[in-house]
Amino acid sequence: MVAIAMPKPDRSVMDRREEIVAALQAIVPGEGVISDDTEMRPYETDALTAYRQMPLIVVLPETVDQVSRVLRYCHENGVKVVPRGAGTSLSGGALPLADGVLMSMMKFNRVLDIDFPNRAVVVQPGVTNLGITRAVEHEGFYYAPDPSSQIACSIGGNIAENSGGVHSLKYGLTTNNVLGLEMVLITGEVIRLGGKHLDSEGYDLLGLMTGSEGLLAVVTEVTVRILQKPETARALLVGFPSSEDGGRCVAEIIAKGIIPGGLEMMDKPAIHAAEAFVNAGYPLDVEALLIVELDGPEAEVDYLIERVESIARENNASDLRISTSEEERMTFWAGRKAAFPAVGRISPDYLCMDGTIPRKELPKVLARMRELSEKHGLGVANVFHAGDGNLHPLILYDANKPGELEAAEAFGADILRLCVEVGGVLTGEHGVGIEKRDLMTDMFTEDDLKQQQRVKCAFDEKHLLNPGKVFPVLHRCAELGRMHVHKGKLPFPDIPRF
Amino acid sequence: MDATFKPRDSRETCDVLRWAAAEEQPLEILGSGSKRALGRPVQTAHVLDLSELSSIVNYEPEELILTVQAGTPVADVEAIVSASGQELAFEPMDYGPLLGHKAGAGTIGGMLAANLSGPRRIKAGAARDQVLGLEAISGRGELFNSGGKVVKNVTGYDLPRALCGSWGTLSVATTVTLKVTPAAETSTSLVLSGLTEERAVEAMCLAMGSSAEVSGAAHLPRGFNGEGAETVLRLEGFQASVDYRFEALARLLKGFGGVHRLSPETSRHLWVSVRDCLPLADGAEPVWRISVAPASGAALLANLRHLFDLDAYLDWSGGLVWLKPLDGLPHDVEIRNAIADCGGGHATLVRADASTRAAVPVFQPQPDALAALARRLKAQFDPHGILNPGRMVPAV
Ligand SMILES: Cc1cc2nc3c(=O)[nH]c(=O)nc-3n(C[C@H](O)[C@H](O)[C@H](O)COP(=O)(O)OP(=O)(O)OC[C@H]3O[C@@H](n4cnc5c(N)ncnc54)[C@H](O)[C@@H]3O)c2cc1C
Ligand SMILES: Cc1cc2nc3c(=O)[nH]c(=O)nc-3n(C[C@H](O)[C@H](O)[C@H](O)COP(=O)(O)OP(=O)(O)OC[C@H]3O[C@@H](n4cnc5c(N)ncnc54)[C@H](O)[C@@H]3O)c2cc1C
Repeated sequence: MVAIAMPKPDRSVMDRREEIVAALQAIVPGEGVISDDTEMRPYETDALTAYRQMPLIVVLPETVDQVSRVLRYCHENGVKVVPRGAGTSLSGGALPLADGVLMSMMKFNRVLDIDFPNRAVVVQPGVTNLGITRAVEHEGFYYAPDPSSQIACSIGGNIAENSGGVHSLKYGLTTNNVLGLEMVLITGEVIRLGGKHLDSEGYDLLGLMTGSEGLLAVVTEVTVRILQKPETARALLVGFPSSEDGGRCVAEIIAKGIIPGGLEMMDKPAIHAAEAFVNAGYPLDVEALLIVELDGPEAEVDYLIERVESIARENNASDLRISTSEEERMTFWAGRKAAFPAVGRISPDYLCMDGTIPRKELPKVLARMRELSEKHGLGVANVFHAGDGNLHPLILYDANKPGELEAAEAFGADILRLCVEVGGVLTGEHGVGIEKRDLMTDMFTEDDLKQQQRVKCAFDEKHLLNPGKVFPVLHRCAELGRMHVHKGKLPFPDIPRF
Repeated sequence: MDATFKPRDSRETCDVLRWAAAEEQPLEILGSGSKRALGRPVQTAHVLDLSELSSIVNYEPEELILTVQAGTPVADVEAIVSASGQELAFEPMDYGPLLGHKAGAGTIGGMLAANLSGPRRIKAGAARDQVLGLEAISGRGELFNSGGKVVKNVTGYDLPRALCGSWGTLSVATTVTLKVTPAAETSTSLVLSGLTEERAVEAMCLAMGSSAEVSGAAHLPRGFNGEGAETVLRLEGFQASVDYRFEALARLLKGFGGVHRLSPETSRHLWVSVRDCLPLADGAEPVWRISVAPASGAALLANLRHLFDLDAYLDWSGGLVWLKPLDGLPHDVEIRNAIADCGGGHATLVRADASTRAAVPVFQPQPDALAALARRLKAQFDPHGILNPGRMVPAV
């Protein structure tokens, strides 16, 4: 049994299943409502596969009006709704509920408007991340945030998780590249935020929606910023005898005012796994391997390659290669990009963690992680976005061995607590979901969490959208509303006033 | 009992807010008041002045992170980071000159509350893109932390972002963590002369869509010295890169007439002027700040020129229109209709006398469902309406 409990299903809703199916069929005709067990099976989990739950019903709306009417029906009838994109969430964000409707947004798969002068693209939420780039690359443009899952994951899911990627250090996360969206509240109200112009006025609901993990509203349209591809890109592959050396090199590159397009690090177990899988030619006698990619105008890239090379040498680089062709650059990346499947080959199962730490704490955190690895009796391989301190420890375990999943989860929780302890956070890009839900109290006080839930209450007072995710305890909105202040107390005689 | 409270730390600030919440006593939240003349006039008996909350809590240049108390002057922060070769990438504007105050008085809290973002917005993002975390106190008197002290963080809702641009109506920030950025080694500007607004916007959009990494794109119809239109494109970075990109940009834009290049000093000077709205600062007529899709900027101006005489210039590649009606009237209805006709956006009346600001919607009116959602958010954070009542819209 795994540790994270979901809210108890509401029997009375489950008993009304037939009635709810009929009501949804009246809104979404044809094959848009799935209630057959075999057909619902693919939806029982996302990429956090340790957790599975069959939904009550699956609905695949095709129009905003259908989304609006389904949500209004669910709101009026007290039925929970879990939005889903491509189902690649690593934190269990799209895990279904036994008493909830799973709303897949994957039929919203059209690119609606490509506007080069304004560098904006309007898409439906089921369009894949890479699909946006595909739609504009004939003019040399691309969509910058590039999660490793970009072939599969949807832009709607990216908004919900505020996803990032290798290039986020220089080009930002999803939130920095979204201009507008259309969303439907659980009440069925349709609201548009932003557009092709910058900075929506009033409260930044666009910012709140980005990273809201499907708890605030269902996204039905997205406007993103596109960029012209950099003129060129070259990479350095640098090995270090210790992670301290590698960490110091990263800090110094940034301190010198250089923001590389990508700045990735791997530790020894990850290097070995990757090399065995793709033969990228990685050095096997180093403790840490850095990939530094510099992109931009040729004159700039040539100049910065030299500077990074000298910084790396000053920091004891024991192995240093500079790509001289596009092919070689791709080879440097091949191992890093295949790191997850590579680790999948050396271990039957793995858990991918996602904490962020201040960069300077890297050597300390890696050392402590090795201790934790011994304590829990499980291996760990590290790949990380070194430039922004975002770690992806991959914990190796075997789900068929009794107790190993639990040990892996406990190990993961220890790593995340360590991240918080050194001044970092629980998740840099994968989201809280169910996976880190119960650790929220390690990072936030009760008052901190209350303010977050107040946002939820403004959007979804009945807690019908994606409940059980993000918040360890769901307070009823009425309870949160109470104030405990003593009236009549004379204010603080000692505060200076005029 | 009218009072100005000047708390010395976040605990005292919290005390004031608890009292105000319990007694339902509205407060005007002042950083230092530099933008008091902005937004709707607030009428409250009491003032909460945060200028004592002024210190650098932690600055780690190599982590690109800065934590400061919210009452710290922006000018102090800029001086400190600049000594380490860094800057606030979003180039916050200084409203002082436009509003007839001294320059350099604004605070970090006020900067975020107003989401101040200057010309580099188009490349580096807005103020809200650089806020990583904050400590704040809600209108219920609850002190809370949100976000973190690292650049990459999706733990919980992005409250720091949402509180940016809320004009102190949702909570009072006491401590703020910002991302800072290495400042460019050098900068220059490429200037095109004599273009119509329409051609200028074409040129700017073309430049923004190239890989030249333009970090500022403005069009001044009367030029720097009133001698005819000038279109300015800024390039920043390492010297070799700037030179290279200048040539590339000049080639790209050769269909728009001759170009010339500004020295780093002249360029810097010019962009401060663009940032702080100096071209329209003279006089007392109302001034609008309008955000539209960049390619629509020229059309918006053309439509409005048919309706009234105006002075204006474009920033953000045409997407930011600074506009001054010359007859002294606000023309809010015409302006907002024109925005709707050109694909949408928003207009803020950033300068006007108090009676005008009380009479016309200073901020862009919102559609019903959105306005209702904003009111629900306000009610969650400030159920008694004690924080800057009416600053953004009546009742919010
Ligand atoms: C191999 C692999 C590599 C990955 N690499 C990265 C990486 O490099 N960087 C990174 O950030 N992430 C990465 N991820 C995680 C994942 O791909 C992202 O979180 C992605 O954004 C999820 O998108 P999705 O469409 O699959 O959403 P889903 O998994 O279907 O859903 C994720 C969340 O979004 C909500 N949601 C989905 N669509 C909508 C909508 N239209 N409206 C409202 N809410 C919605 C769901 O309710 C859920 O909470 C990786 C995952 C895998 C499996
Ligand atoms: C007692 C006193 C009286 C003054 N009276 C006037 C006057 O009548 N007219 C005038 O023009 N100037 C007045 N000033 C202001 C002053 O002289 C300067 O103009 C000023 O120094 C700079 O203010 P600011 O940029 O920090 O932003 P502000 O103008 O203070 O703030 C801009 C917006 O941000 C909000 N805000 C500020 N800080 C926070 C925070 N920490 N958290 C949340 N929201 C915040 C504000 O409520 C406001 O909505 C007064 C100053 C003081 C101390």
